[in-house]
Amino acid sequence: MTSDLEALYRDVIIDHNKRPRNFRTLEGGRKAEGSNPLCGDRLTVYLRIENGTIEEAAFQGFGCAIAMASASLMTESVKGKTVAAAEALFDRLRQMIAAPAGAPVDDLGELSALAGVQQFPVRAKCATLPWQTLRAAAAARAGTVSTE
Amino acid sequence: MSRGSPDSSRRAPVFDAAASRQDFPLLQRRVHGKPLVYLDNAATTQKPRVVVDRVTQYYVEENANVHRAVHWLSERATEAYEEARATVGRFLNARQSGEIVFVRGATEAINLVAQTYGRSHVNRGDEIVITAMEHHSNIVPWQILCEEKGARLRIVPMSDAGELDLDAYENLLNDRTRIVSVVHVSNALGTVNPVEEIIRLAHRRGIPVLVDGAQAVAHTAVDVQRLGCEFYAFSGHKMFGPTGVGVLYGVSSLLDAMPPYQSGGDMISSVTFERTLYAAPPQRFEAGTPHIAGAIGLAAAIGYLGAIGFDAIASHERELIEYATHALTRVPGVRLIGTAAEKAGVLSFVLDGVHPHDIGTMLDREGVAIRAGHHCCQPLMDRLGLPATARASLALYNTREDIDALVAALRTVRELFG
Repeated sequence: MTSDLEALYRDVIIDHNKRPRNFRTLEGGRKAEGSNPLCGDRLTVYLRIENGTIEEAAFQGFGCAIAMASASLMTESVKGKTVAAAEALFDRLRQMIAAPAGAPVDDLGELSALAGVQQFPVRAKCATLPWQTLRAAAAARAGTVSTE
Repeated sequence: MSRGSPDSSRRAPVFDAAASRQDFPLLQRRVHGKPLVYLDNAATTQKPRVVVDRVTQYYVEENANVHRAVHWLSERATEAYEEARATVGRFLNARQSGEIVFVRGATEAINLVAQTYGRSHVNRGDEIVITAMEHHSNIVPWQILCEEKGARLRIVPMSDAGELDLDAYENLLNDRTRIVSVVHVSNALGTVNPVEEIIRLAHRRGIPVLVDGAQAVAHTAVDVQRLGCEFYAFSGHKMFGPTGVGVLYGVSSLLDAMPPYQSGGDMISSVTFERTLYAAPPQRFEAGTPHIAGAIGLAAAIGYLGAIGFDAIASHERELIEYATHALTRVPGVRLIGTAAEKAGVLSFVLDGVHPHDIGTMLDREGVAIRAGHHCCQPLMDRLGLPATARASLALYNTREDIDALVAALRTVRELFG
């Protein structure tokens, strides 16, 4: 297997794809649906927000390994953060993914596992879809978020 | 038929697929440092050098606008363009070349029929019949027409294997059915539909039929007179020709009565500010300067196919699809989607626990080009209960080595995600 594939599908990604964390619904919170019509990915993100802080995050749906792992990692990393802090984290994640391949990677904790997406620009949307959906859920926007 | 022992009674003229690869410059290139294994032919085929050269020759030696000027070059270009039309006519065995309309592709051909024949024949309460396995290009134009007219779209159901339910189809036909539009070969499943029977049943009720042949023309000979369909649509680029050119065959009795599609130059016989008289078909449906180079390149592709012969192509591809079916089924976790008895060109599959997108990315790094997604057939994917499939699609230049490379790459995917 080539090194860029190893970087994309590192163990953390494979593990979160196979055993996604917080893969469930949340009753009584906010939710939003996101989809990537090009590949058929469809996710629902659930949030329980109290006083501006994300107390719980969960998701359901199906997608490729990058989308599933990104969603799973997201639900863990935003827990206990304010909505604003979660948004800031999303911005940093996007910057990391959009950076030229091999650029120094900001330490985003477990989320740094998504740095391999740099070398696969067509897969960037897979990694960002869960976060866009989270943003919509936080704003409790109606309707479906789409990558297109 | 068992592997390695082709049934000699059906042996077609010898065709050396591996040697034919030399005809395709692009197949010589490497991708990610690996030899290219191109298995995305249902999306578009590669072009043989004769097509590339013919298009170049047109621009270098013959370029002028058609049907316009009296100068020598324009006559040459017009001659080449109209000869291309005649070549397509012979390719489909049309009664006359005037039944061949050049369009941008199969999508435009279907839109043309929906917006001309459809708009003048479909009224409130009427019905249009399509099938469960149509490409979006054979769904949406009819939906738009139905919405405009207050008509109803009826869908022929299919089995889990991907075969149409002909009894259900027959029951769908009624006095309100105005047109049947059906795919010849499914781009997502590879099913070869029994279009002759479908046409026969429609004609018993006097209903015209459009056949979407986008995925058929690279694999099988098409004879519109034998089929008896009123319309046949296909794209040049899926049969080794240029992009941006396609064909609508329409039986002259219907074309003659159809209103124009787009309007402008080249489609008129006379214009005053009070009134415009339209040209006869096919010019009536070719407003504006056509894709002259594309039509000429398409004719060259037809010439290339003719030199090999569809008996040889079909025999080679039949053997290859059997080989691939056996090889793929032996990969643990692979499930073929679309297992109709009659198939051509397409191997759709899913791999247990791995999303098709991830398969596509990993195969790409091995030089293997396949397609992953819904293949512009979302209603079909919904029917199958799948968000997407991986699809390997064949052309005449594919070999067992290509299939072996696909299977080897799939095994590495399996290992990683296992």
